[in-house]
Amino acid sequence: MMDLATFVHSPFWHSPQVWNALYITTSAGVASAVVGVFIVMRGQSFAGHILTDVGATGASASFLVSINAWYGFLSFGLLAGAGMEVLGKRASGRDSATGLVLTFFMGLGALFLFLDTRVSNTADVTMSVLFGSVFTVDPNTTPWLIGTSVAILLLFAALYRPLLTCSIDAEWAQARGIPVRFIGLLFMLAFVVAAEDSALAMGALLSTAFLIGPAAAGVRLSHRMGTAIGVSALLATIAAWLGIGLAYASYNWPPAGRGYPCSFLVAGIIFLEYLLACMTIRWRAHIRGLGGKRCV
Amino acid sequence: MRMMGVLDTLCLWLLPPGLLTTPYMWHAYVCGTVVAVVATLVGYFVVLRGAAFMAHSLPKIGFAGIAGATVLQIPPLAGLLTFNLLGSLVLSALSRRGKRDVVTALTLVLALGAGELFLTLGHAYGETAYALLFGQIVGISGPQVGQTLTVGLVTTGLWMTLYRPLLFLTVARDQALARRVRERLLENLFVVLIGLVCVMTVPVVGALLSFSLLIGPITTACLVTRRGLHTLLLAGALGLVAVWLALLLAYDSGWPVGFFATTIIILEYGMVHIGRKAISGRSSKK
Repeated sequence: MMDLATFVHSPFWHSPQVWNALYITTSAGVASAVVGVFIVMRGQSFAGHILTDVGATGASASFLVSINAWYGFLSFGLLAGAGMEVLGKRASGRDSATGLVLTFFMGLGALFLFLDTRVSNTADVTMSVLFGSVFTVDPNTTPWLIGTSVAILLLFAALYRPLLTCSIDAEWAQARGIPVRFIGLLFMLAFVVAAEDSALAMGALLSTAFLIGPAAAGVRLSHRMGTAIGVSALLATIAAWLGIGLAYASYNWPPAGRGYPCSFLVAGIIFLEYLLACMTIRWRAHIRGLGGKRCV
Repeated sequence: MRMMGVLDTLCLWLLPPGLLTTPYMWHAYVCGTVVAVVATLVGYFVVLRGAAFMAHSLPKIGFAGIAGATVLQIPPLAGLLTFNLLGSLVLSALSRRGKRDVVTALTLVLALGAGELFLTLGHAYGETAYALLFGQIVGISGPQVGQTLTVGLVTTGLWMTLYRPLLFLTVARDQALARRVRERLLENLFVVLIGLVCVMTVPVVGALLSFSLLIGPITTACLVTRRGLHTLLLAGALGLVAVWLALLLAYDSGWPVGFFATTIIILEYGMVHIGRKAISGRSSKK
């Protein structure tokens, strides 16, 4: 067993890559967790999937012109977000035409990734775009990631009540004179930025875990909005830190020498958190049932 | 003289040397044809029943299976079959309970993550990952052709058995239930059917682009005709054109086949969509 002194003095805390990864994952995770609560409430988890898939195409293009992957994610993500705003309700998972356009973008991404390997001889671009490689993210991106996360948090703090009203009942909000359309646009903007931030940290394919996992657990655990957001942010932070710690430790796990991918570990922890939340609900209901009180 | 040069280039482009003599191209053509036909058959029900989400998810689960097979060094088909059949049962069980989108999405993400883990543990990076996600024509071996044909036959057999009751259930659910059609069993078998198709599509066009082949031709055909047989025939033709042309272009250029397949399918859809609008616009003017 590892005692406290060795834990504190472990080289884990002295590696700049680890700190960079911790900053990136935590800021992306917390922003996604806060936005995620609203996504789960509005039932938009498929939209998050579309945003990061299209973002992946942008990231693969960005390697081609050798600019930072974050710009690629963000520009194509904004494009996809604008497209979804224009298409409106049609952009739900049911519509097969939307699905076709999405797969076309992924096909384009396939071409870009292929050309990446031809041009730059970096064979691991595929893995780093789709599954993320948080330990090798350019440290220059970190301030931007933290900045955008803080901006999202401030935006949500400022817009908390009208946004909540819009998410619960748009018609009612309209009747009360809230600019529903404008708030929807702002929400979409925050949604895109949060989704692409976590795509950079977790990889395009696994970022959905960050967007909806902690939020879904939070919503299950508490019916009060503020508590749900807090729990969600906490769960995301735990998953980020634990995942990075385990990824660091996994270099000594069998089969030794390669290390387990960080994004897989974070996604696995989030899945476990969600299962635990579901079990807690059942357990709580069970206890209350024994006490003779009915659980709602 | 100039004309001849253009013709020569065109011939060289349409029939590049080795197109019909290279064994792997034959493998790719045979597999591609079977895949296009069977994907159309199953895609018909996917579109009718609005099960696009399943068609989107199962290939990704297949990715984990095929990656796991590379770690254990067993045939990829075994990994694909295990994961897809298990995955289809889990997904259809999950989709019957409430809050399905969250649980299903998390399960998917976990499957993708597991695939990533397997690739890392198997020391297979870059190229292999790319081939599994986006398809690769040179990757199809001789035995794999036989396997694809077998799975294709089994899937078509299952499809023919399911055709009447599933159509009945889809079109007139209440009547079907009154006639004691077993809804649950049929739904499960339907998802297994999608899983089986993905076993075939994933090695050819890759996990991320299988959806396009499954949905694209049928969606396009549905724009033109509403009659079942016509839709199937038209979609089959569209799918075959897309796959054959994609293989030819991929051979010509050396670029990934999945890119061409998705591009041709979206072009087909776009052209039919525009053509239909033009025709209906003209007839409404009269």
